[in-house]
Amino acid sequence: MALEKIQLEHIPPTYQVYAAFFRDVTNTEFLHTQLLSRNSEFEYAFVDASAVISRLQLLSAVYSSVNALIVGALRTPNVHSEIVVSLSTNNNISEAYRRWGITPGKTKDLIVVKIVLPPANTQDESQPQPTQTPTDDAIWAHLTTNVKGTPAPLTDAELAQATDWPKVRKCYRLNGVPALDRVTDEDERRRRIETLAVMGMALRGL
Amino acid sequence: MAAAETQFPPPKVLTYPAATPPMLITQGAEGRLYKTTHLVPTRPCALKYRPPKPYRHPILDARLTKARLASEAKVLERCWREGVPVPAVYAMDPAAGWMMMEWIEGIPVRAGINAWLGERPEDGTEAPVVDDTPLVDLMKGIGTAVGALHRTGVVHGDLTTSNMMLRPREAGQANGDVGDEKNAKGKAVEGDVVLIDFGLATQSMSDEDRAVDLYVLERAFASTHPRAERLFTILLDSYGKTFKKAPSVLAKLEDVRMRGRKRSMLG
Repeated sequence: MALEKIQLEHIPPTYQVYAAFFRDVTNTEFLHTQLLSRNSEFEYAFVDASAVISRLQLLSAVYSSVNALIVGALRTPNVHSEIVVSLSTNNNISEAYRRWGITPGKTKDLIVVKIVLPPANTQDESQPQPTQTPTDDAIWAHLTTNVKGTPAPLTDAELAQATDWPKVRKCYRLNGVPALDRVTDEDERRRRIETLAVMGMALRGL
Repeated sequence: MAAAETQFPPPKVLTYPAATPPMLITQGAEGRLYKTTHLVPTRPCALKYRPPKPYRHPILDARLTKARLASEAKVLERCWREGVPVPAVYAMDPAAGWMMMEWIEGIPVRAGINAWLGERPEDGTEAPVVDDTPLVDLMKGIGTAVGALHRTGVVHGDLTTSNMMLRPREAGQANGDVGDEKNAKGKAVEGDVVLIDFGLATQSMSDEDRAVDLYVLERAFASTHPRAERLFTILLDSYGKTFKKAPSVLAKLEDVRMRGRKRSMLG
């Protein structure tokens, strides 16, 4: 099973983060339609992998969305759409959907993130919660029946294969940045691009 | 550190589980600094928290906290993009008063210089001839870092040797051509200078503001490291070579020395 349960630092234990990666997805129209119709069975963040560099960058967006949810500062309808918007460096929501959201006919490689929220009005966070929330298997079964694509591990190496670097440079305004232009080592350059992207996301809207 | 003993209520964000418990590193006038982790247990970070001030009106307090964190973050991003050695910003919630930054390994420059000076005989006795090269290199490094900062149009506002870190160089990067004994001595002041704490930083291109920045550093340096004071000119020399207008900043520094930090001394 290529569905990964991710433990993030500084997130209440009642929030569960799942992520999966699908290459060569063929039914983007269908998935897009489900989002537009607010189909409650499709509570996922569908992220176009072309402007994603690494896990760290993706997880930064996940973290800031969950944080926004906790403190009540969501700028979009829910935590899943917030993840897509959190990848952006500005507050233009429709632009963020276009760049990082699923685009029918254009999106090829798709990252899926699901946040399972705690059952309503849970006061005691110290209790482990084997509740009625969907099981890992149920989530994975739903994904594999509905996303037509090849499951892949959500690793930096796999993500890098789907990365459109010119798009990344455009989305994170990285052209003509001295901190990048002076670097000759390719690995170091990638690390710096990642840092700049994470920083741009952290400073979104400032 | 005694500071870690005193218990303050941590910011809400640090009450959620993490692989390593957050550690209070230092407490300043405006905020506290914790060492914690960003996203994954293997990624250390510094969390700067500005707690609400009970003596201020809540709305004003929230607005000030937010504006100051935002301006600090913007300055850091600008510096980082320009290649100035500063910590990267990882995440922030200005409304909640916190910002996570890259954790810089190493010791403050102040501690490095003092460790180096500590090995020398006390004042009064004639100092033996010691090879100053490592300390001289550090002074050059500071001058270059401050020059790079000013070149991007940022003045720090609180330059001291405590607000600079000495980040150890990665293995192989160090110039290990000298003998073992000298190496051990030089270790104290070896590393790359990283500027930290931009809480008072402002964006400015004026010679005056840049000169005041240097003046503050000069005064702080003289009182923190009196025995290394004579090396300050080396710092200024290397600063002078970092950008086109640096020589005129150094000329301005002469004026500032004559009159002090405040331009208008009325009242």
